[in-house]
Amino acid sequence: MDAKTKDLWVFIETKEDGSPLSVGLELLNPGRALAGKQGGRLVGAVIGCHTDEAVKAAGEYGADQIVVVDGEEYKEYSTDAYTAALFYLMEKYAPTTMLIGATPNGRDLAPRLSCRLNTGLTADCTNLDVDEESGNMAWTRPAFGGNLMATILCPDHRPQLGTVRPGVFKKEKPFKAVEAEVIRESFVFPKENIRTMVLEKIREAAGELVDLENAEIIVSGGRGVGGPEGFKTIKRLADVLKATVGASRAAVDADWIGHSHQVGQTGKTVGPKIYIACGISGAIQHIAGMSSSDCIIAINKDPDAPIFSIADYGIVGDLFEVVPALAEEIEKARGV
Amino acid sequence: MNILVCVKQVPDTTEIKIDPVTNTLIRSGVPSIVNPFDGYALEAAARIKDAHPDAKIVVMSMGPGQAQAALKECLAIAADKAYLISDRAFGGSDTLATSYILSAGVKKIEELEGKFDMIFCGKQAIDGDTAQVGPELAEHLGLPQVTYALEAWAEENSLRVLKEDTDKKLLVQIRTPCLVTFTKPSFDPRYPSIKRKLAANRARIPVLGAADLPDIDLMRAGLKGSPTKVKKTFCPERKKGGVMIREDSGQASAVKLFQLLEDAHVI
Repeated sequence: MDAKTKDLWVFIETKEDGSPLSVGLELLNPGRALAGKQGGRLVGAVIGCHTDEAVKAAGEYGADQIVVVDGEEYKEYSTDAYTAALFYLMEKYAPTTMLIGATPNGRDLAPRLSCRLNTGLTADCTNLDVDEESGNMAWTRPAFGGNLMATILCPDHRPQLGTVRPGVFKKEKPFKAVEAEVIRESFVFPKENIRTMVLEKIREAAGELVDLENAEIIVSGGRGVGGPEGFKTIKRLADVLKATVGASRAAVDADWIGHSHQVGQTGKTVGPKIYIACGISGAIQHIAGMSSSDCIIAINKDPDAPIFSIADYGIVGDLFEVVPALAEEIEKARGV
Repeated sequence: MNILVCVKQVPDTTEIKIDPVTNTLIRSGVPSIVNPFDGYALEAAARIKDAHPDAKIVVMSMGPGQAQAALKECLAIAADKAYLISDRAFGGSDTLATSYILSAGVKKIEELEGKFDMIFCGKQAIDGDTAQVGPELAEHLGLPQVTYALEAWAEENSLRVLKEDTDKKLLVQIRTPCLVTFTKPSFDPRYPSIKRKLAANRARIPVLGAADLPDIDLMRAGLKGSPTKVKKTFCPERKKGGVMIREDSGQASAVKLFQLLEDAHVI
């Protein structure tokens, strides 16, 4: 497919209530600069049901134009309906580039879409740029569990597609002189053609939601925590910091805590503002899942633990002394 | 019931070391393993076979001849048949070209083994980490898909799948034939028995090359069939060690850390 415009599109994923997920708004931020370099506009593609809030937010966070597909059949994500709707938009508007948030749904949708468009896709990018030589997008992503970075081009196929993990870029409301133009597309996907059906949504016990990928602060425990009881200490610090509890594979494999808490190569890849690793030695498969955190704090008895080599702050000591004391200090300072 | 499991032989990335002088990957001497997520897909298939003993599990891999070792491991664990897709013309394929070749392989194997009711893949391979080949294969074959599955149960003309979502799990029903990609479940995959291991070692694994896939368009395979090109690779810059705190007591260390974090406006 040839591009008809130099525009850069950002997929604005919505929740079931039609509100936008943060990652789409985050991507409008780098999208703006990249669209400028490519000489086109920044366009937000909103798909969902009752999407007014998402459309408004896309405008506020910098889209020049917003293309909306709104309908009952898009209330709940389905591979079939969403791929068809985005494929329709891509064929009609033929932008040069599209960014998609690497959420579970985004990672389900993007490869399906790239295959239908017969174009290239680069997953989980951590850096986006325009290649000076060729004017193509230069997508940079980690591979080999974060041990190797690769910069990928898609020279001869359009649109160029890439996914980016939540939290890699920050949301920013730019100053705008002109309101975004909103175009409504009525693309109907017959519900009976959706070949999957959600029967049940299973949430963990109330207050136990584990959303590591969107967490701003994570407090993680590893082998040094010693047992399920030890995670109470971790949980207490997490509560004080309004943080999410993470865990290393060793702790999960020992059944001290559920798999949904696991950070690392066979668990979640996370990039919070603060990552506190307690009693985690820092096996390479764990580091692969958290090394892009903004600030890493490690607490470990063993001064030679590899986790210290990537930590911004390291404490050599017993986590059962350090962690409660740290929680206390924070509470004191906040006057709780 | 006919189940196809797609597997990839990968270097054990947990064993990869970085050369501290050149800051490049040391790949030699790194053992090859079955991609762990593909192992979970095989386990899911094996559990369906536990409940439906007449089910047949076929495994397929694409790669060089040495990938037969990965297929033999799958035979030892639970698979009944194995096929290797291998040809020099397939080298250098990106995910789109790989999934295209795999779709041609599926069509050929279906001629030999019958239509597949379900195709299971790992959610991603631990060397590339793209999570693209499964959904792209589903698209080439026109099949519905579920990704990030933990467990699956076969029903009449459908599959019930428990899958991960951002902050919850979903129980999804999907029409068969279908493709499902698996992530790590809460249980451990089974180990091979000695008897199966011995049989697997003796197994002869058919190799399908480009000539065996009569409908394949080689313009869509290998480097020339790949829309993405690697411009460069490099090792990420590792952080230099940060501030180390080692006070007399845990209490004192915690206080010091808190001060440092406050001064740096981290907390």
